[in-house]
Amino acid sequence: MTELAAADPLPKPKRDIAPILLPIAVALVMIPLIGSPSTWLTLTAASLAMGMMIFIMASGLTLVFGLMDVLNFGHGAFIAVGAYVATLVLAPFAASLQADSLWTNLAVLAPAALLSMAVSGALGLIVERVLILPVYGQHLKQILMTTGGLIVAEQTLYAVWGPQIIPTPLPTSLRGSFILGDVAIAKYRVLATLIGLAVFIAIQLVLNRTKLGLLIRAGVENREMVEALGYRIRRLFLGVFMTGSALAGLGGVMWALYREQVHASMSDDLTVLIFIVVIIGGLGSIGGCFIGAILVAMIANYGGFLVPKLALVSNILLMVAILMWRPRGLYAVTSR
Amino acid sequence: MTDLLKLSGVHTHIGRYHILQGIDLAVAQGQTTMLLGRNGAGKTTTLRTIMGLWQASSGEISLAGERIESRATPDIARLGVGYVPESMAVFSDLTVKENLVLAARDGPLDDAQLDWIFGFFPALRRFWLSRAGSLSGGQKQMLSIARAIIEPRKLLLIDEPTKGLAPAIVMALIECLKEIKRKGATILLVEQNFFAARELGDNVLVMDNGTIVHRGEMAALAADVPLQERLLGLSLEAHQ
Repeated sequence: MTELAAADPLPKPKRDIAPILLPIAVALVMIPLIGSPSTWLTLTAASLAMGMMIFIMASGLTLVFGLMDVLNFGHGAFIAVGAYVATLVLAPFAASLQADSLWTNLAVLAPAALLSMAVSGALGLIVERVLILPVYGQHLKQILMTTGGLIVAEQTLYAVWGPQIIPTPLPTSLRGSFILGDVAIAKYRVLATLIGLAVFIAIQLVLNRTKLGLLIRAGVENREMVEALGYRIRRLFLGVFMTGSALAGLGGVMWALYREQVHASMSDDLTVLIFIVVIIGGLGSIGGCFIGAILVAMIANYGGFLVPKLALVSNILLMVAILMWRPRGLYAVTSR
Repeated sequence: MTDLLKLSGVHTHIGRYHILQGIDLAVAQGQTTMLLGRNGAGKTTTLRTIMGLWQASSGEISLAGERIESRATPDIARLGVGYVPESMAVFSDLTVKENLVLAARDGPLDDAQLDWIFGFFPALRRFWLSRAGSLSGGQKQMLSIARAIIEPRKLLLIDEPTKGLAPAIVMALIECLKEIKRKGATILLVEQNFFAARELGDNVLVMDNGTIVHRGEMAALAADVPLQERLLGLSLEAHQ
């Protein structure tokens, strides 16, 4: 074995920090362009909050893409369903939401969010069994089935709740802003950022510190070998699909409160953003998805402030730029 | 000698292609059986069919007397079959440790087994916390084999472990496989390197066009140069 022992020492694996530095660089570059530090801080806080909400909605989709190789164009349905289900709790307890106590407000918001996640997760179970299972490995059919599923879900929401926009006002204690000097940062944006960070940390802990996480990461890279090691990856697929659907539901609730309204096609625009995030992050990469979501939100906020006319195409331009730099996304998952 | 693995009349289709055309073979308990043949003969397909990664269209596959041809890959693995694919298929984004933790299905890593493996493959200890993707080709092959033997297995299916490796690494792998053999493992080993095959094999099967065209003792084939040339288009001398 001396030949093996004498093998050249490998360079220590380098941490690829360039993608992490990218949003920081974008934020710094924007300081002189925006001019006013208080406006820059407000826009940056708005970007972080929006980015976290998009990340929560996109994180499940990127794992579903990476692990299951499933093109789920119906992911937006879980967002809309999550938001609508939340109204079932929020509407009857409107008085509690208008109370001045933060705890009273949260006592309504938390069950609403949990119920939304449970229903979206259960819907994910049905979608995976009924729509996805028959078309594993067939991308074109997946697109057709999941797009059809999205249309059915939207029309069902119209039929049940009607075509009108449902208002979802922010609870009293989450209205207004924290004032720091001449900088105003909306309270809800701070909460959204904290929830997004908590979800990111939780996902990272599961992926990096548990055997289940190891299986998911290994499955994203090479499903076949995971099965050859004796693990039934189909069950893992289902679990990841349901978790991704539940997170989309949570994102739907947060987005509904952010926009203070719910409507059946609320996920249409979001779906485009989510797909851009998943693609520029690198299919299957949670870290890439996190950074991609922040970048997309930054471009939307900074771009909307500096060059409003470019707002519609700015995210497409971002995607083109990222893919020219890293054709497989910010953090490419190997061996797909 | 009891047969641990038996294939009878196994056919495998991949899409429109009829790859395995009635394979009959047996792998004796505690022996190393070499599966030789030209590129495209069906060797890898045979291993993948045994492993359930491709479904046999017809025929019977039994492991220790138990029929497995209709079983899913994870169930076959759980019966005690370790698989080292030609591509090595290490999980590049996971560390060496994480690759082995996943392979140790039945619980935490066994320190004694790890020490035994590190005895063959010291590089795995040295790069324990490095990403598998940063290993050299030979080190990836070591990790792939280590993954298959981290827990006791009834049968090891190993696909061309020496392919593309430097001669020094090949020699080391041969020594490692000999040691695994000495511990009583049953191995079905696909190999293109005839020198390695001669060193390791107790028995030999030669495939061509999806069928077994020769079976016998490895030593007999190694000693019969005209037979080697007829079956494999090579002679041992050319590889020495």
